[in-house]
Amino acid sequence: MAKVVDRRKLNFWEELYLPAIASGMKRTFAQMFKPAITLQYPEQRPEIFDDYRGAPGLVRDQDGREKCVSCQLCEYICPPRAIVIVPGEAPDQPDYDYSEIEKAPKEFYIDMLRCIYCGYCEEICPEQAIFMTDLYELNAGSRQELVHDKAKLYDVGGLRVDAIQKWKDKNASPGSEERKNVPPSGNPGDGAH
Amino acid sequence: MSRARTLDVEVAEDRRSESMMINMGPQHPSTHGVLRLVLELDGEEVISCAPVIGYLHRAKEKVGETFSWHKFIPYTDRLDYLAPLSNNVAYALACEKLMAVDCPPRAQAIRVICHELSRISAHLLGLGAYAMDLGAMTIFLWTFREREQIYSLIERICGARFTTSYTRIGGVERDLPEDFWPKCQAFVNEFPGRVDEYEALLSRNKIWVKRTQGIGVITKEQALQFGLTGPNLRGSGIEYDVRKANPYLGYENYEFEVPIGTEGDCYDRYLCRLFEMRESAKILQQVIDTIPDGPILNRDGDEALKTVLPEKEKVLTNMEALIHQFMVGTESIHAPVGEVYFGCENPKGELGFYLRSKGGLEADRLRIRGPSFANLQILEELTPGHSIADIMALLGSIDFVMGECDR
Repeated sequence: MAKVVDRRKLNFWEELYLPAIASGMKRTFAQMFKPAITLQYPEQRPEIFDDYRGAPGLVRDQDGREKCVSCQLCEYICPPRAIVIVPGEAPDQPDYDYSEIEKAPKEFYIDMLRCIYCGYCEEICPEQAIFMTDLYELNAGSRQELVHDKAKLYDVGGLRVDAIQKWKDKNASPGSEERKNVPPSGNPGDGAH
Repeated sequence: MSRARTLDVEVAEDRRSESMMINMGPQHPSTHGVLRLVLELDGEEVISCAPVIGYLHRAKEKVGETFSWHKFIPYTDRLDYLAPLSNNVAYALACEKLMAVDCPPRAQAIRVICHELSRISAHLLGLGAYAMDLGAMTIFLWTFREREQIYSLIERICGARFTTSYTRIGGVERDLPEDFWPKCQAFVNEFPGRVDEYEALLSRNKIWVKRTQGIGVITKEQALQFGLTGPNLRGSGIEYDVRKANPYLGYENYEFEVPIGTEGDCYDRYLCRLFEMRESAKILQQVIDTIPDGPILNRDGDEALKTVLPEKEKVLTNMEALIHQFMVGTESIHAPVGEVYFGCENPKGELGFYLRSKGGLEADRLRIRGPSFANLQILEELTPGHSIADIMALLGSIDFVMGECDR
């Protein structure tokens, strides 16, 4: 099972040392005629895929709605404790589709100096509101600038098209299980509407 | 081939007044991280050597005792930071052993890929730095060319190149994308040729041979006494590989050989690493050929509901799944009372996690057996009698990483 590594003595030719130089030079010079593998960053950029874990950002859905409902799961799960959320009430939703949403973050901070880009926030988010973007180069003149606030986070996250629009789909099928169990009068969302 | 470099100890005692103390590191470029060696020199000969460690201490074990089981995974990236995927796998396996959670076959195969890719990557850096310290600059640049390829693969696996945080208790975070396979196959195809290139430059090169053969001989007894693991142990001729001794992740189904050395010197350790890289490429090929389909996270049964996050689609559409998402997120995992030790064959040696649980959300005690920590101890024994220039060969051949040593 175990293999003893091959360890022969140098032969006369190898002992001369000069052949090793020649052989080394041959291989090294051969590299000159191979295509370069280095990138001239920042003029040339590496290919970044969709599932890359760059700086986290908050997203809007295709209707332009800010999706975070400030449930604070990401704040809870974040291993380096980079996320701070100040929960607040959701602004009045003129649209019936979103009238059940009660909460939205008043403030949302991610300290990018603490963030370790682990992607736990994206994984845990039950609203698909926070995503790891493809932004990988961050720089700033001060520490304060690298604490991303809500506006900056929505700026980073941008717009994402959802396959499942959770709140809309729920309202689109009033006969769904969740709705059945709720007495119509006891639904604060309906009341607000 | 051995060189009569050993210093007569009695002569050395007489010359103590002339000895000179020198600090090698912690900022020395050749000490690979923040290792400080306090060397006592007589001319160019080393009389004694005291490794000073702890400059990279981040209290990882304590952090592990205050964090929930899942939250510690990103912290394992930063143990042996040259093989983060391997650390993730080792920690997940230890947790799974404690919680008696199974890992689906596909996730196991993916973990084998993680293990072997990081083994190749870590050995490449070890070899490159080793050669560069001894003056062979070309190797370093060439190994980084291959490492770039591996990092692109790792980026496709988990979305990050370095801080992977890939495994979860009961599986892995995401499945491999389609375009991973052709890239991985291309790498496996061309990699043996690359190793040939390194060998052509080093193995039969007289300078390399002179600088490594007969230097830093670790006898079998010493290797066992100091608890060496990994290529350092095998270089001394002891056949012990955790993958063979206690197969995990289905390693018993893959065909590969374990290299052992005969002399136990720096040259043997170099040869063992080269051989291991070739074997890793073979294992990768076997995984590519045989990887089964199926789930990547163990979501079977009621127990799994408490440990694994539900699928995202269900979270968005199903109330039960949403509740579980919150439960797993906030309550995390209640591990059963018990204690386990799980050792994995990492690139540097056996990385072990000892977990003791009192049934809470976090470990009662989390102990990390870092292979580099054990491997480094032998420096004190090994260095006396060597010339100061040979210390570089020794450090390179022991191939440690301080992130794991200091923890």
